[in-house]
Amino acid sequence: MKVFMLGWEFPPFISGGLGTACYGLTKALDQMGVQITFVLPTAVQSKYATHVKLVSPTMQQPINTPVKVHQLKNVVFRTINSPLQPYSTADSYQRKIEESISKMQASHGKTGKFVGTLDYSGDMYTEVQRYADLAIRLAANEQFDVIHAHDWMTYPAGVAVARATGKPLVVHVHSTEFDRSGEHVNQMIYDIERMGMHAADRVIAVSYLTRSIVISRYGISGDKVEVVYNGVERNGNSNLLVGNTTIKKDEKIVLFLGRITMQKGPDYFLRAAKKVLEKVDNVRFVMAGSGDLMHRAVEMAAELGIGSKVLFTGFLRGEDVNKIFKMADLYVMPSVSEPFGIAPLEALDNDVPIIISKQSGVSEVITHALKVDFWDVDEIANKIVAVLKYPPLGVTLRSHGNYEVRKLRWIDSAARCAKIYEEALVGAGV
Amino acid sequence: MASVCFYFQVHQPTRLRHYTVFDNNINYFDDRKNAEICRKVANKCYLPANRLILDLIRKYDGRFKVAYSVTGVLLEQLEAYSPEVLSTFDALARTGCVEFLAETYYHSLSFLYSRNEFAAQVNKQVQRIQELFGQTPRVFRNTELIYNNDLASMIESMGCFDAVISEGADHILGYRSPNFVYTPKGCNRLRLLLKNYALSDDIAFRFSNRGWTQWPLTADKFAHWVNRVNGNGFTVNLFMDYETFGEHQWKDTGIFDFMYHLPEEILRHPDNNFKTPSEVVKTYQPMGVVDVPHLISWADTERDLSAWLGNAMQSNAIHELYRLEKKIKGSGDAKLINDWRKLQTSDHFYYMCTKYFADGDVHKYFNPYDSPYDSYINFMNILGNLHLRCVKHPPAAPFGQVAQNAESLTAVRQDSSQADAVAAN
Repeated sequence: MKVFMLGWEFPPFISGGLGTACYGLTKALDQMGVQITFVLPTAVQSKYATHVKLVSPTMQQPINTPVKVHQLKNVVFRTINSPLQPYSTADSYQRKIEESISKMQASHGKTGKFVGTLDYSGDMYTEVQRYADLAIRLAANEQFDVIHAHDWMTYPAGVAVARATGKPLVVHVHSTEFDRSGEHVNQMIYDIERMGMHAADRVIAVSYLTRSIVISRYGISGDKVEVVYNGVERNGNSNLLVGNTTIKKDEKIVLFLGRITMQKGPDYFLRAAKKVLEKVDNVRFVMAGSGDLMHRAVEMAAELGIGSKVLFTGFLRGEDVNKIFKMADLYVMPSVSEPFGIAPLEALDNDVPIIISKQSGVSEVITHALKVDFWDVDEIANKIVAVLKYPPLGVTLRSHGNYEVRKLRWIDSAARCAKIYEEALVGAGV
Repeated sequence: MASVCFYFQVHQPTRLRHYTVFDNNINYFDDRKNAEICRKVANKCYLPANRLILDLIRKYDGRFKVAYSVTGVLLEQLEAYSPEVLSTFDALARTGCVEFLAETYYHSLSFLYSRNEFAAQVNKQVQRIQELFGQTPRVFRNTELIYNNDLASMIESMGCFDAVISEGADHILGYRSPNFVYTPKGCNRLRLLLKNYALSDDIAFRFSNRGWTQWPLTADKFAHWVNRVNGNGFTVNLFMDYETFGEHQWKDTGIFDFMYHLPEEILRHPDNNFKTPSEVVKTYQPMGVVDVPHLISWADTERDLSAWLGNAMQSNAIHELYRLEKKIKGSGDAKLINDWRKLQTSDHFYYMCTKYFADGDVHKYFNPYDSPYDSYINFMNILGNLHLRCVKHPPAAPFGQVAQNAESLTAVRQDSSQADAVAAN
């Protein structure tokens, strides 16, 4: 089996669940012996572009030469120069472009010869189409049986490659426009998502929650939509744990970790914090992450009069994420809409008890968690206080949760995907 | 001779309402939900089952007999929400073919945590049965059939019981059969009746299981199994939840029809009969001593206490609850004491069980909580409020004076004098 996978960011520069999922799944498929051509966009001027394993871009060539990552035997990486990034919005995309152009001008300021050689013209939607065209060119030189595209920005590329080659298309829905934007849906994005899902031979949803959105909001037939849950990378570094738990701290830490956007419910977290502080004093609320509501959240904490009790760390990655988990007494995910939610699994893996919103895919697979309706601020506060006040609660949640999370392995998700590839092949009559 | 001895456990807890840490209302119980469940179970089980048993007693003219243990906390709810169930129990009591057993009024685990409290609750239950049904229980069954040698000794020392009931667990019986009367180790007068779990569970758990090789279970098939006990046992102790009829096994499984035909099939064999637990211990001599040094129960496959005390939350909650005993009783506040006692009902701890939670199973029966964690949080929040209430009371008065306020302790005294009177007779 050979897969042409249109994916996203790889470690160490992962900005969210989408990258984590692509990486986990690809690694596990690799272990199963599935051959993968992994195509991903890389912004040339990105500050992460020093990542040696992946890219050796040249300005004149929008498609880069194949790169192999040492520990992945069956995966070949192909990068396409493109400023597309997961979680982009039309606005943030525009800002990013302006940023990189000015950076480019700064670094090559005097000569200015690179400016304009990049075809970064137009908006994000144009770029998504340009990416699709480049993907067709790239695919022309590749051998594969099936195409697997992750989230809407790669759907046009997936569809284009499928049309050009006649190979079956599997689209993987990690989130939908309804999750990201509530009812204020961006029509263009919705249309692209819908087009991709309809054109696909099979649709993979990351939870039943997402599957039902795919069926009800995008009009996709249920027979075509499969659920494949995400897994979690086991940390397995218990030494670190022992070393850190001996740290004496007089304050309990309640952690929010995720993008600070409408979807993640940061305002519910802060309002719950306010209520918790009526009952418990020696507690600090840490908001780790960045996003378009970051400034609003800082202001809101001040307005609620709990500014001194809320700490904003900004975006964390790698070892810093592990560190913050080690310090946390409780992880809270009050997401308004969460197709899956990998971060709570990482919390459990780090022995941190979790409160998750019932409106999340992860709530379908984890039973040893406290579950709340995201809008029920009183209940969120009630549960936070309970974890802080009644130690046996955390003890029980930790011991069962840490065990339960081990059952969610990427290798099982990969096996489900492999089966779906087979079915797509049969269905497509290949 | 094979006597079939039926005993039905009849119990519903007083469920708690949703109670957050921000609450300070002193009403802890979900009256609406309790009423709803009580009426539902009354209609599906208690009323039709009582009617059936009454019909059978009349039909067989006193040859069909059963025993019940109806908890005090359920009796209170029936009185409030379904008084017609109480009148049918009363009608059953009047037939003379129905024995009522004793247990802790609050269906509690108090034996494990406070012997004083345990005795008070047993006495309260005995009194209530006397008031309602005009008979004095002579056989004791502990909550969830929790039992060991100590329990037997305690029951014998109370002086008012002839026998105690427990689970016929393999690991306490070894090669021996539950179909005999035994003497608990360390007791002289007291007898031990053990549940025949194989035959009991055929009705209570397997009856409607289509994957079971013996499905469908018919009355004549079951009677045939009972007949096989003839010659190697005296009594077949069929102990089960009364909710088996119509609630655990729905009406459309045929459970009522099965029960309707059972006496006829059992009595078809001339050596068979029906006896109540008291009659069984009066009729048959004990066949030996059973030694149970460790606690057992009738729950799950483990037959231990892990369903109530298996995790850190359960053990924390129950310890915190009993730690308040002195303060609560010292308050002399009858409502406070009653609230504290209703919190002792074992179901509250059962809901906190994480053992089979991930699988989703039998533990879910009428469980008002989404998860064991929610149940623990709710319980602890209420306990927090209860604690505040007893802190508000003035320092405890000397114990003797308090007893006059606390009706239960008065009950202990009354009952011990009654017991003396019984002994004198």
